Formats: sequence, structure tokens, C-alpha cells
Amino acid sequence: MVKISYYPGCTLKTKAKDLDVTARLCAKALGVEMDEIENWQCCGAVYPMGTDEIATKLSAVRALDYAKHNGGKLLTLCSACHNVIKRTNEDMKKNDDIRFRANNYLQLDEPYGGETEVLHYLEMLKTVVGFDKIKQAVVKPLNRKIGAYYGCLLLRPSGVMAFDNPENPTIIEDFIRAIGGTPVVYPFRNECCGAYVSLKNGNLPKEKSRKVLTSAKEKGAEEVITACPLCLYNLQVNGDNILPVKYFTELLAEALGVQV
Amino acid sequence: MTNKEYVEIINRVSGTDVQKCMKCGKCSGRCPAFKDMDIKPHQFVSLLAKGKIEVLMESKAIWNCLSCMACVERCPRGVAPAAVVEAVRDTVTRMQGNNGIKAEEIPPIVDELIPQQLLVSAYRKYNK
Repeated sequence: MVKISYYPGCTLKTKAKDLDVTARLCAKALGVEMDEIENWQCCGAVYPMGTDEIATKLSAVRALDYAKHNGGKLLTLCSACHNVIKRTNEDMKKNDDIRFRANNYLQLDEPYGGETEVLHYLEMLKTVVGFDKIKQAVVKPLNRKIGAYYGCLLLRPSGVMAFDNPENPTIIEDFIRAIGGTPVVYPFRNECCGAYVSLKNGNLPKEKSRKVLTSAKEKGAEEVITACPLCLYNLQVNGDNILPVKYFTELLAEALGVQV
Repeated sequence: MTNKEYVEIINRVSGTDVQKCMKCGKCSGRCPAFKDMDIKPHQFVSLLAKGKIEVLMESKAIWNCLSCMACVERCPRGVAPAAVVEAVRDTVTRMQGNNGIKAEEIPPIVDELIPQQLLVSAYRKYNK
């Protein structure tokens, strides 16, 4: 069993429990123990782009520093947490001013300088477990047409996220193949769902979410999967039930025969 | 503060050099919020380069930008329009009384499915 430090985030403990629970059980079935880090705090859900924003980046730095001393890797699952923590880590590596000011405040035993490797669950499935091994572990191949919804947060900015090709990603399609499904590639799979603007201008996410699901349906998808609780919410609530939307880990659990 | 001081702050906070923009418009072409951006991303960058910040601070664009980074991804000149929009929004919301969402507006629109992530991200984006 490989043990990796894990950052769940606020929503995975509440509205997105399905994502957290299925991910943990599937990881265990695949030989990975997700070791929840102690005293984690909410990452803030959005990466603060202002170069003078320090306080809003500290919770990510605390989690990164903890992981640095506990295996050197930090596993994320929610797309937003992954985006915030990975971009903050890049700042701690490359931005002298942010690194100096964050460390000056935190007064850690040893200054943090971006040493931790931030790993998304999908990256873990690909590089630590391997899609071939997942394929062998599948007991119930899904045999249906599934659309991967990447959204923004896993892919962009690609220079920092280095997750996949930002215009033509393939990792979730490879994942779908591994669990026995047929991936459906559709134009709007890396287009924003409307994100936090839901709270300010509800019409914008309605239009965006419908476009995503319509695009997937037109290409033949029977359902859409995501790694982001906010994408799931926008697509479900604003997307007029055009297609069912699930967390990718729910389908993994189904394929692996993992009882939740 | 003078107009010039605001421009300096926004340039510094955004961490991007708006003078590098060559006005190709790829950012606006890719923007998923294009229809709701009263000032389009390429115009936003251009207006800041000209020091016209009042119109930016009063725009709807600062509230409708999705921070999806599509504009940043497509810019051939390494300009980050989304970071410029955020720097202007930060400059506005850091002023007393200028928060974008008010606590009393939230309960009526909260449904039982709403994820914590939405509330946290909206508060982080719109309020200081």
C-alpha cells in the first residue's frame, strides 16, 4: 500500500462527500492509502491572482509544508483545491516576494520554498497506479458513452498546472477507456461552466452550463463526469437535466465493484 | 488617490505588462463570458494601458469575468487579461462599502445543493 498525504477541502467534507468517499475507497482498492493531513484549512476555493495577496494563500502553504514533511507529495481531488494549491506552490517556488512574505509570517521551522509535489487524483491514477492496472481491476466495464468535463481549473493556466494539453486534453478520456466506457469528445469539454458568477449573475452560468451539456449530448454522450463540486452543481442545477452529471470517482467505484 | 497612482497600483497588483498587448483580440475571441463583458478583455487591457481606469472600475466586466484563464492561455504576448480584471476588481472591493455581494442577498438564493465551494469562491472574488 502506497501512502500519500491528502488534502480533502471544505466541500468534500460536506456537499461533495460522494467524491471524497468513493475516491478513498477506490484508491484503497488500487493500493493507495489517502492519508488526510492534520488541521487542514479551506484553500479559499479561488487562486488570488493579485501579486500583493498573501493572507489568502497561507492555508495552501500550510498544507504544502505539512506534506513536505510527510512524504513530499500532496494529493488533491477537488479541481478548485488543486488549482489553488498548485498555483500557490508555483509562487512559493518562483516568486521571491511572495515566498519571503509568506515565510516571514508563518515562521516555520524551515522556510517553505515549493518543495512539495502537488498531485491530482487523476494524475495519481495515471502515474502511481497506472491505467493498465485499473483496467485489470475492473469487474464491471461501464459499456456506455461518457463525456469528460474538464472545465477550467485542472487545465489552466497550463504553464503552471501542467496537467494535460489545455486545448485537447486526453487524461479523462484515457480514464474512461480504462473503466470500460467509451469516451465522447465534444467541443465544450474545457469551457467554463459559469463558476462563482452563479451568485452574482445567475444567467451567465445557466447559458454556459446548458452549452456544455448540449454539446456533450449532441456528440452522443449519455452522461458527463467531473472532478469539481462547483461544476457538478452548475451543470446539474443550471443545465436543465440535459444529461446526468456525476463525479468521475463514482464511475470508478461502479467499475471496480467497490461498495460505498 | 490620483488616476496615475491607481494605474500604478493596478499594474503592479496584476503582475502583467499591458504595454505588451498587440491588440490581436484572441483573448476576447476565446472569452466564454464575452456577451456579458461590457468591456471586452482586449479593450480592458487597452484602456488600462491608456490610463482610463474609471470606466474599468465602473464596468460590469469586473463582476462577470469567470477567471477561467482562457484569455491568458491564448495570449501570444504573455499578457494576462484575467489578472488585469482581477486587479481592478480588487482595487474596487478594497474600498469601504464596495463589496460585490451582500450577506443578506445570499439566503434567498441558497438551495440545498449549493456547494460550500461556491459561497467561498464568490466571497473571495467579490468581497474584501
